[in-house]
Amino acid sequence: MQAVDDPMPLMLADVTIGLAERTLLSVSATVMPGEVLTLMGPSGSGKSTLLAFAGGFLDPAFRVTGRILIGDRDLTDVPANERRAGILFQDPLLFPHLSVGGNIVFAIPQAVKGHRMRRQIAEQALEQVGLAGFFNRDPETLSGGQKARVALQRTLVSAPHYLLLDEPFSKLDAALRQQTRALVFSKAKAAGVPIILVTHDGADAEAAGGRVIEVGSEAET
Amino acid sequence: MGQRTKDRGITYSPSGNGLLVIILGLPVLAGVAGTILPAFGYLPALGGLHPTTAHLAELAGQPHILRSVLVALAAGLITTFAALAIVGTFIAGFAGMPVFARVHHLVSPLLAVPHAAAAFALAFLIAPSGLLLRLISPELTGFTRPPDWLLPNDPFALSMIAGLVTKEVPFLFLVTLAALPQIPLRRAGQMTAALGYGRVSGFLISLWPTLYSQIRLPVFAVLVYSVSVVDVAMILGPQLPATLPVRIAHWAADHDLKMRFLASAGALLQLFVVFAAIGIWLALERIGKFGLTFMTLAGTRLRKDQLLRATSGLAMAGCAVIIFSGLGALFIWSVAGLWPFPKALPGAITAKIWLRVLPQITEPLLTTVGLALSASALALVIAVSLLHRDGRGGNGATYKLLYLPLIVPEISFVFGLQILAISIGFTPAFSSVLAVHLLFVLPYVLLSLSAPWRELDPRFERIAAGLGKSPLRVLLTIRLPLLFRACLTALTVGFSVSVSLYLPTVLVGAGRLSTVTTEAVALSAGGDRRVIGVYALVQAALPFLAFLVASLGPQLLFRSRRAMRM
Repeated sequence: MQAVDDPMPLMLADVTIGLAERTLLSVSATVMPGEVLTLMGPSGSGKSTLLAFAGGFLDPAFRVTGRILIGDRDLTDVPANERRAGILFQDPLLFPHLSVGGNIVFAIPQAVKGHRMRRQIAEQALEQVGLAGFFNRDPETLSGGQKARVALQRTLVSAPHYLLLDEPFSKLDAALRQQTRALVFSKAKAAGVPIILVTHDGADAEAAGGRVIEVGSEAET
Repeated sequence: MGQRTKDRGITYSPSGNGLLVIILGLPVLAGVAGTILPAFGYLPALGGLHPTTAHLAELAGQPHILRSVLVALAAGLITTFAALAIVGTFIAGFAGMPVFARVHHLVSPLLAVPHAAAAFALAFLIAPSGLLLRLISPELTGFTRPPDWLLPNDPFALSMIAGLVTKEVPFLFLVTLAALPQIPLRRAGQMTAALGYGRVSGFLISLWPTLYSQIRLPVFAVLVYSVSVVDVAMILGPQLPATLPVRIAHWAADHDLKMRFLASAGALLQLFVVFAAIGIWLALERIGKFGLTFMTLAGTRLRKDQLLRATSGLAMAGCAVIIFSGLGALFIWSVAGLWPFPKALPGAITAKIWLRVLPQITEPLLTTVGLALSASALALVIAVSLLHRDGRGGNGATYKLLYLPLIVPEISFVFGLQILAISIGFTPAFSSVLAVHLLFVLPYVLLSLSAPWRELDPRFERIAAGLGKSPLRVLLTIRLPLLFRACLTALTVGFSVSVSLYLPTVLVGAGRLSTVTTEAVALSAGGDRRVIGVYALVQAALPFLAFLVASLGPQLLFRSRRAMRM
C-alpha cells in the first residue's frame, strides 16, 4: 500500500455543530497518525454531521464553528475534492458501473501515470485482501464481506491524508463484522494516518483501541 | 458558519434557477408581448403603427365567435374535471392493490402516443363508418350504409372531450404517482378503514387535500392545454364554428398577412379565455373544499363504493383500450383494399398505400426525427448543467417556473414569437423551430430527470470527492453513468414531446418546415383516410421506437454490470 509521504496529525479545533437553535456537539481533539479517535453516540447526536464537516460535504442547514487542520494546513474552507479524506460508509458503495478493479483504479491518485502501472497497483491491492483475480468482476456479484474489502482498498490506494469511518461495520453480520473490523483497523493503522471513527457499537470502539468521546447525551434529553 | 464548509459540487447555488428564468421566462414573455401589441394594431413590419381597437372590433364581429369561445372553455373545463375525477377515484380506490400495477402498465404507454395520433385513433373508431359501428352492423343497428351522424366533429365537442380525456388521464395519473410516495398512503388507509370508512371516502378525507396540492400545477397545465388545444380540436372538435384556438390558427396561417392582426386579437382573447378557465377552476376548488369539509364533518363513510371504484377502473383501462384499438383501426385502414360498410374487415389487404405514401413521408419524417433528437439532446445538456449547478436536484420553489411554457396557452405566446420573427425579418428555418421546440421539451426533460437526480445516493459523490476528483469529473465519471438510464428516459420523453408538437411547428415553421405531425393534422380536413392512417401510425410509432431503443441501451452498454441493468 502506498504510505503517505509524511503523515500529519489531524486537529479538530473547538468544532461545534448546531442545527437551528440547538447545539449538537462540541469537540476539540488532535488525532495522531495511526491513532483512532472514536466518537460514540446514538443516531441524531450529530456524530455523522461531524464526519460530514471533516469530509467537506456538510449540509448548509447546519451551523458549524471551529476549524479542522491537517498538520499546519487549515482545511475548513477547502473543497471536499482537495482534502484527501478517505471515507468508508456503512455500505460499501462500490460504483456499480465499474468493474471491481475499475473501482480501485479510479481511486489511484492521478500522479501515478501509466495504464499498466495503475492496473498493477489495483491488482496488488485486491491480492492483499484475498481477492486476487477479481479485477474484471462485476461488483454486484461479490459477497458483502468481499465488497467491504474492496471498498477498504479503494479508500487506501487513494493515499488519503486521514480516514473517516462512518459505522462501516454496522451492516455486516456478527462473524463477518469481527473479521472485517480487524482487517480495517490493521490496514488503516498500517497506512499511518489519523482516523476518526463514529459508531454506536461499543465493540467497535474497543477494537479501535483509541480514545473514545461520548457525544449526544444532552441532545437526547 | 455553514458557508465555510463550501463544496462546489454540493452546496446550493441560485444561479441554476436564475438561468432557468432566462431560458424559459424570456421567450414566453416576449411571445406574449408579440401577441398583445399587434392585437392593438402595432406591428410596424406589416404597416401597423397606430394603436387601434379596430382589430378587436373585427374579432367581435366574426360569426359565432361567442360560441367558439364557450365551447373551447367548456370542453377544457370538462376534460380537466373528468380526467382528474377518474384518476383521483382510481388512486383512492385501488392504490396498493395488484390491479393498480396492472392498470399502471396498461396506461403508461399512452403517455407516449402523440395527441394527434390519439385523436385520429378515436376518430377512426367512432366515425359513422368507423370500426365500432362496423363491428355491430348490420346485426344490431340494421345499418347497411354509414348513418348520417356528425361524428367525430359533433357540435357539442363530446368526441373532442373524449379524445382529450384519454390523453390527459395518463398524464395526470403518472404525475400523481410521482407525488404518491410523499403521502402516508398505507397508514391513512388503515386508520380510515378502522374507523369504518370506504376506501374512496377515507382517501378523499385523509389524503386528497395534500395530494392535490402536490399536483395542482400539472392540473392547471392540463386545464390550459385543453382550453387552448389546436391539433386535437382540428381532428375531433366541432366545425362551423370551430373552437377559438382552431380559428386563431387558421387566421395565423392565412396567406393574407393582414389577417395576423385578427389572429393577434384572437390570441389575446384566448389569453383571457384561459384566465376565465383558471378563475372558474379556482372557484371549483373552493366548492370542492367546502364539499370535502362537509363530508368530513358529516362523517360520510361511503362504505359501499364498489360501483364508484369499478367505474374509475374501467375508465382508466378504457382510455388504453380505446387508443390502442383505435391505432389498430388506423393500421387496418392503411392496408385496406376495398372495404365497404358494414364489413368489419376489409376484403383485401394491400401495401399499396404505404408504398405510395412512403416516398412523400420521408422528408417530413427526417425533419421530425432531426428536430426531436436535437431538441431532446440540447434539453438534456441544459437540464444536466442546471441540475449540476443547483446541486440539490431542483427541489426549489423556482422550479415551478418549469411549468410556465405549459401554463401560458401556447397559441398566445408562440404566435407572438412568430410575429416577432417576422418583425426582425427572420426566415423560418430548422433552427428557429428547434428553439421553440426546446421551450416545450426542456420542462419535460427537467421534470423527468430531477427526481432520479435527487434520489441518487449522495455518498457515491462524497466518496469520489474524497478520492480527489473534481466536481466536473465526479459528474462525468460517477453521476452521469449512474443516471444513464434516467438520462435516456428523459431524452425519450423529450423526443416524444417534440414529435407531438403541432402548433409551434406550424406557426414558427410558417409552412416551410413540415413534420409528420403537421402533415397528418393537415390531412385531417378531408384527407384520404388510408393516407391519414399511415401518417398517424408513423407519428405514433416514433415515440415507441425511441422508448424501445432507450430500454435496450443499458442492456447493451452495461451487459456485464448487473446493478446497471435494472
